[in-house]
Amino acid sequence: MANIVQFENVGLRYGQGTETLVDVSFSLSEGGFYFLTGPSGAGKTSLLKLLYLAQRPSRGLIRLFGEDVVTLSRNRLPGFRRRIGVVFQDFRLVPYLSAFDNVALPLRVAGVEERDLVTPVEEMLAWVGLSERSGARPATLSGGEQQRVAIARAVIGRPEILVADEPTGNVDPEMAGRLLYLFDALHKLGTTIVVATHDVHLLSRVSSAEMMRLDRGRLSDPTGALRYPPRGPVAAS
Amino acid sequence: MKLGALLAFPPAADRQLLPEGRLAGPMPWVIAIMMFLTVLAAAGGLALGEAARTLGAGLADRATVQIVEADAAAREAQAAAALRTLARLPDVTRATRVGEAEMARLLAPWLGDGALGRDVPIPVLIDVTLRPGATARLPELRAALRRAAPAVRIDDHGAALAPVTRLIRLLGRLAVALVLLMATATACVVMLAARAALDTHRGTIDVMHLLGATDVQIARLFQRRMALDALFGGLIGFAAGGIVLLLIGRRLAALGSELVGAVALPGFGWAVLLLLPAGGVLLATLAARRTVLGALKRML
Repeated sequence: MANIVQFENVGLRYGQGTETLVDVSFSLSEGGFYFLTGPSGAGKTSLLKLLYLAQRPSRGLIRLFGEDVVTLSRNRLPGFRRRIGVVFQDFRLVPYLSAFDNVALPLRVAGVEERDLVTPVEEMLAWVGLSERSGARPATLSGGEQQRVAIARAVIGRPEILVADEPTGNVDPEMAGRLLYLFDALHKLGTTIVVATHDVHLLSRVSSAEMMRLDRGRLSDPTGALRYPPRGPVAAS
Repeated sequence: MKLGALLAFPPAADRQLLPEGRLAGPMPWVIAIMMFLTVLAAAGGLALGEAARTLGAGLADRATVQIVEADAAAREAQAAAALRTLARLPDVTRATRVGEAEMARLLAPWLGDGALGRDVPIPVLIDVTLRPGATARLPELRAALRRAAPAVRIDDHGAALAPVTRLIRLLGRLAVALVLLMATATACVVMLAARAALDTHRGTIDVMHLLGATDVQIARLFQRRMALDALFGGLIGFAAGGIVLLLIGRRLAALGSELVGAVALPGFGWAVLLLLPAGGVLLATLAARRTVLGALKRML
């Protein structure tokens, strides 16, 4: 499998503070399933921000889809971002839009005609069990429902990479299992999945998943399997 | 940038991305006040320009020749000589002696009716129309007339009204400057409002960006909102300004003054004023677009 993501000696510093990410180097294969774990404050969200192009690194090289995105011009960023689906930790649903319109947003941004987006959005809402709530605004949805809308919005555009930051943080174990099943189904369709989570139970539920662990901004990778170029198979710890 | 691209609005469903409290915020009302003042200033400028043009066209190439002579026979002889001289001069296109009836009408407010029959020595007046630009050669004309009629005096209307015309033109230019200042102030208000809206909706903008929206797609949301505010405010301001102008027009007409009556909107004046709200919408759209695109460039 070709590498879809490659980080080389990446460092990230906010303002004049200490580095949040230090010398992070790894590569992800196209179609792989990856968990990113680590304690709170380890830098998981910061790493994901670099991955979904919300932030540029302070140093190092990041390649996405075979292109250097550190020096990528601003006007090329939207094209790259449309290839990445993101489930934010705080959902970030647009408060003035219904569940349907929130899920339809990536398709509308991509210029899909209205008549072509109704069926996929309705199917996606049915997939996450929210057909009955398609007209509801985020403020009237529960935390779990908002999270499912956020997930539906992230996957509706069939992204090549799906990045999820604590996607099961607000749902019960049964819903967490269903969401993981959804991610696994996307993975089987060829989407590269990166899930940041505290939930150790999740790690054992996707047999093919590989794991990265961050600790105080450094990627803990005893096997070296995630390094670029890979040196061996990944062992989940 | 094409006008079509500038005015292209986002799809109906995406318009809800920013809440639209039409006429609820201060923006439309601020624009309404600006438009009201702009309409008044523009109307003032147009009316004063028309007044300057009317006065210039009516009086610039005209003069009045007076024969100021106490002896009636000598006055008549000099008047006849002056008329003959004027008829020969190439710069004079028309020279007409003001008739007795007209003289009586002109003098009535000061001397009462029948002043001409009371042995009061009234000067003979000759209304002279000159070729355009001939006022520059008025000294030669005056010298030629003096030779024929020593008691002659010449009043150059253009020279007499020049200070008034200059003042009217200055006021007209001031009105144009006021319109430009209002337009600048409106653009500044829109820019401030666009920046405030950007701050308010920063979260939505971030999400749009991360979903792959381009700066232009996001800017369209804001420019549409500002254009709507400018349209509502502009129409309200224009309507209020129009009502005030109609009332002022009625009052001016009631005065019956020839000079004040010259201060009136020209025929195309209302058409020009109607363009102001449309110009306001375009200006607000451009200002919002420029502000939003400028701010978005500073984001990743």
